[in-house]
Amino acid sequence: MAGASSQSGMKAALTLTTQRFASSLLTLLLVSVTIFVIAQLLPGDAAQEALGQSATAEQIAALRHEMGLDRPAYVRYADWLGGMVSGNPGQSMVANMPVAEVIAERLPNSLLLAALTALVAVPVALAIGIGSAMNRGGRIDRALNIATLSMVAVPEFLVATIAVLIFSVKLRWLPSIALVSDDMTWGEYLPGVAMPILTLSVVVIAQMARMTRAAVIDQMDRPYVEMAVLKGVAPVQVVLKHIMPNAIAPIVNAMALSLSYLLGGAVIVETIFNYPGLASLMVNAVTSRDMPLLQACAMIFCAAYLLLMLIADVTAILANPRLRAQ
Amino acid sequence: MSDRPHVEVQGLVVTARNPAGETFPIVSGIDFALKRGEVLALIGESGSGKTTIALTLLGHARPGATIAGGSIRVGDAELTKLDRGALAQLRGNRIAYIAQSAASAFNPSRTIMDQVVEPAMIHRLMSRAAAERKAVDLFRALALPFPDTIGARYPHQLSGGQLQRLMAAMALITDPELVILDEPTTALDVTTQIEVLRAFKAVVLERGATAIYVSHDLAVVAQMADQIVVLNHGRIREAGAAAQILHAPADDYTRTLMAAARPAIRPIPAKADLPAAAPLLEIRNVTAGYGKIGKDGLPRVPVLRDINLTIERGGTLGVIGESGSGKSTIARVIAGLLPPASGQVLLDGEPLPPGLDGRSREQFRRIQLVFQNADTALNPAHSVGQILARPLAFYAGLKGNAAHLRVLELLDLIRLPASLIDRNIGGLSGGQKQRVNLARALAADPQIILCDEVTSALDTVVGAAILELMAELRRELGIATMFISHDISTVRAICDDILVLYSGTMVETGPRSAFATAPFHPYTDLLIGSVPEMRAGWLEESHAGAAPPPIGAAGDHPDLCRFLPRCAARVDGLCNITPPPRHGLDKGSAGASRILCHHGDESLIPL
Amino acid sequence: MGAAFKRAKALPMSGKVGLVLVIFWLAVALFGPMLAPYPVGAFVAYDVFDGQSAAHWLGSDYLGRDVLSRLLSGARYTVGLAAAAALLASATGTALALTAAVGGAKVDEPLSRFMDMLISIPSKIFSLVLVAAFGSSLPLLLLIAAITYVPGNYRIARALAVNLAQMDYVQVARARGEGRFHIAITEILPNMIHPLLADFGLRFVFIVLLLSGLSFLGLGVQPPDADLGSLVRENISGLGEGALAILAPAVAIATLTVGVNLLIDALPGRGKGR
Repeated sequence: MAGASSQSGMKAALTLTTQRFASSLLTLLLVSVTIFVIAQLLPGDAAQEALGQSATAEQIAALRHEMGLDRPAYVRYADWLGGMVSGNPGQSMVANMPVAEVIAERLPNSLLLAALTALVAVPVALAIGIGSAMNRGGRIDRALNIATLSMVAVPEFLVATIAVLIFSVKLRWLPSIALVSDDMTWGEYLPGVAMPILTLSVVVIAQMARMTRAAVIDQMDRPYVEMAVLKGVAPVQVVLKHIMPNAIAPIVNAMALSLSYLLGGAVIVETIFNYPGLASLMVNAVTSRDMPLLQACAMIFCAAYLLLMLIADVTAILANPRLRAQ
Repeated sequence: MSDRPHVEVQGLVVTARNPAGETFPIVSGIDFALKRGEVLALIGESGSGKTTIALTLLGHARPGATIAGGSIRVGDAELTKLDRGALAQLRGNRIAYIAQSAASAFNPSRTIMDQVVEPAMIHRLMSRAAAERKAVDLFRALALPFPDTIGARYPHQLSGGQLQRLMAAMALITDPELVILDEPTTALDVTTQIEVLRAFKAVVLERGATAIYVSHDLAVVAQMADQIVVLNHGRIREAGAAAQILHAPADDYTRTLMAAARPAIRPIPAKADLPAAAPLLEIRNVTAGYGKIGKDGLPRVPVLRDINLTIERGGTLGVIGESGSGKSTIARVIAGLLPPASGQVLLDGEPLPPGLDGRSREQFRRIQLVFQNADTALNPAHSVGQILARPLAFYAGLKGNAAHLRVLELLDLIRLPASLIDRNIGGLSGGQKQRVNLARALAADPQIILCDEVTSALDTVVGAAILELMAELRRELGIATMFISHDISTVRAICDDILVLYSGTMVETGPRSAFATAPFHPYTDLLIGSVPEMRAGWLEESHAGAAPPPIGAAGDHPDLCRFLPRCAARVDGLCNITPPPRHGLDKGSAGASRILCHHGDESLIPL
Repeated sequence: MGAAFKRAKALPMSGKVGLVLVIFWLAVALFGPMLAPYPVGAFVAYDVFDGQSAAHWLGSDYLGRDVLSRLLSGARYTVGLAAAAALLASATGTALALTAAVGGAKVDEPLSRFMDMLISIPSKIFSLVLVAAFGSSLPLLLLIAAITYVPGNYRIARALAVNLAQMDYVQVARARGEGRFHIAITEILPNMIHPLLADFGLRFVFIVLLLSGLSFLGLGVQPPDADLGSLVRENISGLGEGALAILAPAVAIATLTVGVNLLIDALPGRGKGR
């Protein structure tokens, strides 16, 4: 009986996961439409942009035709989407090379920065979140509450400035600019990215810790926790054995949300420290109105967000016995 | 040594802290003692402190509360002197707790077996294998289905009654010397309660453990307790042997409680002799539920099937059923909140539009809905005056002083002081809120009010007062009522006609006199037989909840008797093959009811 | 007024600090430019990146302008733009949420699907795309910030409104025959005010950070106008020496956003344990 039910439970979990995946893909498709439509609203168009103010109407029309801009919008959308999917999202107007190549140069840097920050931030945030939940209402909890509350509201450039003041200006430990190249060893690379990581971590840790605390406390008020205490379960075991299995889904969700911030939030940090990541590339694309590059960057960020959310959803499905064992 | 009580509480004080930071006692001056193996009941209404006291016997106070004084001795342990570690050693080991709502007291993410053997594991009393064997034995003793495999399930896969018994198994796995039972059957339907009570009595009490039984229900306590302590506002009103409290209560408050627990049978007011016009409200062949309507005409989740009823002008119809029977859905269909999948609702002989759309303001006015829980039925953002004035403005266009005067009249009608008019809902007591809830319906000057469990969220005494008020209003205003309840004694006390609902089908209908005399439909019989009586020994004598006889597999006809799985009178080869007919049941001078059953008068009598 | 004072007194210490900071920045936004010791654009110091002095309390910037004067004027842009955008975002999001809650599945489903889609575009990325498409004049910035944060407000307001729409008192109002507009405005909205106020505060903080971030990247408020983020950007060349000209506006933004956050968190009815 139990075996049969867990088997059908697995099937249900698989079905749900597939559904979530399909829904994420659909969302991504809608996102691509939105981004395409907004990008088309640009006053003037790429041909005009490329030729400048002095170009004649005929010149512009000729270039428009050459660039395919005189085709209907849905054809251009299909064309662009096809290019995105096949890994060729067009030509970067400013760099004058394929968007794919420009991105391929930057993307690994961004992923590495995000991964290293996650490596630092996740354990610290979990410890702070769970610790302050267990100390609920106590002095440590209140102090941590004020600290994280302030940290989530501090602009990154203040954290970065203070970090530079301390580590570059006063202590002279770290360079104020993150130089990255392909042939660097870890020993050369890490000091360069230490401050970007530190800056990103401050905000991410605060967000993640607050959401973790809220998820744990939400469970602490349930009757089953009182029941566990009245069974004689020790406090640490109450958290580990009773609360965590139920809090895991919201905690993973909190982590996914915070980590998704690492992608977009890195915009400012990358700019301050001159870190050659995807976010600063996107800022350049905005400044120079390089629409193909901008659209591709935006799609990558959205896809990353949706992927993180998908991971959180699947975790929630697997952690919930109602969905796992029907 | 032998005359030293096993459990002794003296001068117990528990305090709490209000938002302003002042401490105040929530219970004080509590003394009682029990001999080994005795059962003591703590009885009282909500806010009486009964659960607070029970928890102190585990050395526990809920967040915000503190055990501030007195002594609590269990065996040789003085709980007020123990530290957290020592208390944890006792809990789930020598002292066990059975929580009120097992559905939320079990961890939703872990299997039942994991949780049942956990006390034995943390206190290192036996091996996991031995604990699991013992758990299965307990499951069997507690009459749980599939005792060998039920442990592998998760809480959401089991019913409330099963979980409550599993919680007893969890408590008993360590053979505790003291068991605290905190309202263990309050969340259950009455027909499930009797099964759980039997299991508890057989297993918990007869293993010789001392027990503290917390309840608000004197009749339940009468089955279980040797001693009773009556509490009110954190103080003991009366304490003594169970028989003395039940049969010769000395305290006024105890007498009030007893009186409220037995609703007085009210006479049916004489009906005005009207010409045989159409009934005020009629429901014809209504089938309703949620989700899309399929090819068979049934919604995807059918809740009601083929409901027919009528309510005369000024009449009272009681609709009774357990949770999930669809009784509230009837009110929602009549009010237009849930359009039926098929069938009709007629007001004064005229069909009403099925949903809200298309009903006229006048049609809305004549039917008013009163919900169970006044906390959620009254908008907390509005004052009493605003709530009562809205129907006046909406239906009658009454504004300004005229509306104000009418609101004052309404407050007077429901016996609330005029000074409450500007009060916010949050500032009222439960009983006051329910009166305002009722008054809002009356403000529309309706012909019928649909009352959904209007007393079940209230304490017994307060609920009795609301019933009293409703009876008076009915006499004075002649408004028809549909009274939805899970409590057959209340319904029998105040309604002219009764409809018994089981799983969305009407199993028995008739005048209330027919519900005082056997024979009954087997489900009605179970319902009536499951209501505890306020005397010791009832639990043993009641035949309700007997195991149904074995039958073969049920056929696949959609209209088979829905009570079949639980019916003690089912007949193999008939009930599981053929849908039951609806027919009359003659009860002599008591009148007649109509039932949906294969049995006739003769074959139901012996039940 | 007396009641407001009483409520302020009941706040915990952190809330009082937050309240003082919020009142301070509101006052600066209203009266700041009048109090400025020097004209905003004037080159008044002898040196660039001067430290603190009696003449220039917050030193001078990269062109030798008075940082305090520029800060007092920049705060008006930051607070004013963010408050207007937060108000617009909250009003739009809440109005749509109420429509979804009382409009039934036919309105709710497409609207919620659309908002969910917008939410999956990270807010900074979304605003960058919008800036690229529309540019960054002051009215456009206001609109872009508002559009970016409508979906977040909608999600929260819809969750509240849908919950409230299930409440018995709303069912009673429907069964009374009340119209949808009455139900949304009279029965549902008043019970959402407290959480919505807190959400408004949060949106305000997000928008301050977003707009000063954009300005910092050179994509926000354009010269000669300058908000606090622009001041940080202008003086970024002073980062290497840790100039006061870069620190002062950054700290100003932080005290504003932290102040709002502390105040919201201390408001009663925010579940903080106990």
